[in-house]
Amino acid sequence: MPVIEVTDLRKSYGGRPVVDGVSFAVEEGEIFGVLGPNGAGKTTTVECVEGLRVPDAGRVRVTGLDPVADHRRVAEVLGAQLQQSELQAKLTVREALELYAALHPKPADWRPLAERLGLGPMLNTRFGKLSGGQKQRLFIALALVGDPRVVVLDELTTGLDPRARRETWQLIEDIRAGGVTVLLVTHFMEEAQRLCDRIAVIDRGRVAALDTPAGLIRRSAGATVISFTPSAPLEEADLRALPELASADFKDGRVTLSGTDETVNAVVTLLARTRVTAHQLRVTDTTLDDAFLDLTEATA
Amino acid sequence: MKTGISTDVFDTAVLRTELRLFRREPGALFWMLVFPTLLLVILGSIPSFREADAAYGGLRPVDAYVPVAVLLGLTVGGLQGMPQVLTGYRERGILRRMSATPVRPAALLSAQMAVCGGAALVSALLALAVGRLAFDVALPGQPVGYLLALLLAVLAALSLGAVLSALSRTTKIAGAVGSAALFPAMFCAGVWLPVQAMPDLLGRVVGWTPFGAAAQALNEAAAGDWPGWSHLAVLVAWTVLLTAAASRWFRWE
Repeated sequence: MPVIEVTDLRKSYGGRPVVDGVSFAVEEGEIFGVLGPNGAGKTTTVECVEGLRVPDAGRVRVTGLDPVADHRRVAEVLGAQLQQSELQAKLTVREALELYAALHPKPADWRPLAERLGLGPMLNTRFGKLSGGQKQRLFIALALVGDPRVVVLDELTTGLDPRARRETWQLIEDIRAGGVTVLLVTHFMEEAQRLCDRIAVIDRGRVAALDTPAGLIRRSAGATVISFTPSAPLEEADLRALPELASADFKDGRVTLSGTDETVNAVVTLLARTRVTAHQLRVTDTTLDDAFLDLTEATA
Repeated sequence: MKTGISTDVFDTAVLRTELRLFRREPGALFWMLVFPTLLLVILGSIPSFREADAAYGGLRPVDAYVPVAVLLGLTVGGLQGMPQVLTGYRERGILRRMSATPVRPAALLSAQMAVCGGAALVSALLALAVGRLAFDVALPGQPVGYLLALLLAVLAALSLGAVLSALSRTTKIAGAVGSAALFPAMFCAGVWLPVQAMPDLLGRVVGWTPFGAAAQALNEAAAGDWPGWSHLAVLVAWTVLLTAAASRWFRWE
């Protein structure tokens, strides 16, 4: 049984559909990404999973339970880190951990958890005095202190510097290694590509695609890009006739082609046949960024 | 935010936390706990306030100011303390964060009410004790009636605070509305002119307000009589009305 099941979820605000028929299932032990541009309906979707919002239609189940009707039992198995939530400014890290542990029936021991998240030296520091990264680590700790089976992390690394972001990624991998399923909401491609086993790309309230990061990249037209500066001019017609070519660009004597591995092979053959040398030859896979733009533009 | 029927509206860990945080707010501590008694001490140090006055029905002004000081702490707490804290909690997503745990955010609301109500009672006891020890003001002649009137006054103040918290979308609005309401409330409680000394008509109008009714009930119990049922009924009516309004309009986010 999937840990989280969302089926044809719909939610409107003031007549405007924000989530418009979203379905996905998160399996035990995976890091599942919800990726999409700002305002795509990501947060509303996970808020329905957390039981913070009541769906207009559709079905949400967390370990088989309804997050609205069974709020307490769902909150016992699901830990949440919310976007834009704070704690009382004068509450210390230790007090926050003790409080949130006390709110759960079978909490984890917060001391090793705090150590693991690097909160040990700041247990007596008040929330208001923590840096952005420290606050986020505390929120991860609070999401885990109830010893949940699944955690929802919403825009966890937004506002962190690159170093703190990479440290946080390691923490997320550690959480999964500890046996906890992760539902990760993000708009950072690099983060999704690096961490997620599968990604649901959400755009304008709908799932535009659901696949592994590699699968999403393969789906986009022109998944491979080859660029070079030829030592002698090439016939443009020859280049345009390359197999599985998705796009071609000629600028300042540089040729940039996108397509598949097939296209790359044909370019190499063409160069050899015409005895043209390719200077500064680069072959790259498109990033999730490009795939994402393809996917979200397709519905424009 | 509708999240089903709530049964987890009280939690001791949340209450302990809120009590701890309250102790870290020097401003709230001063205005709720120290200021009312300090005002009593200042007024009591004026010699003329310690002489019997016909305008106060033969009481000394300092006698009449003890019930005023008793009401002052809960007026400040209900109108300024609690709404500020609760709107701040809503504004900064603290209520939302709590609703993602097995405990309902209502636990924060009830803990705030308990802390604020408890502080109001401590403040009242302090005023009574200082009045008795420093100025020889007789303790309430009808202690049970006095306590009853005080508890009803605390409930009315908390429900008024809950309405302000419900209607104020930001802490700034809560602060402005709280201050605007504080002066009429303090007037009704008799801070400028104890209700016994008010002209008859004014006294009767003020008697329909929560703090005016509370002041009159406390005065009666202080004099040794059972507080008038009409005053107690006014307090209960306000509490019911305001609580209904607060639960109708309160938003968790």
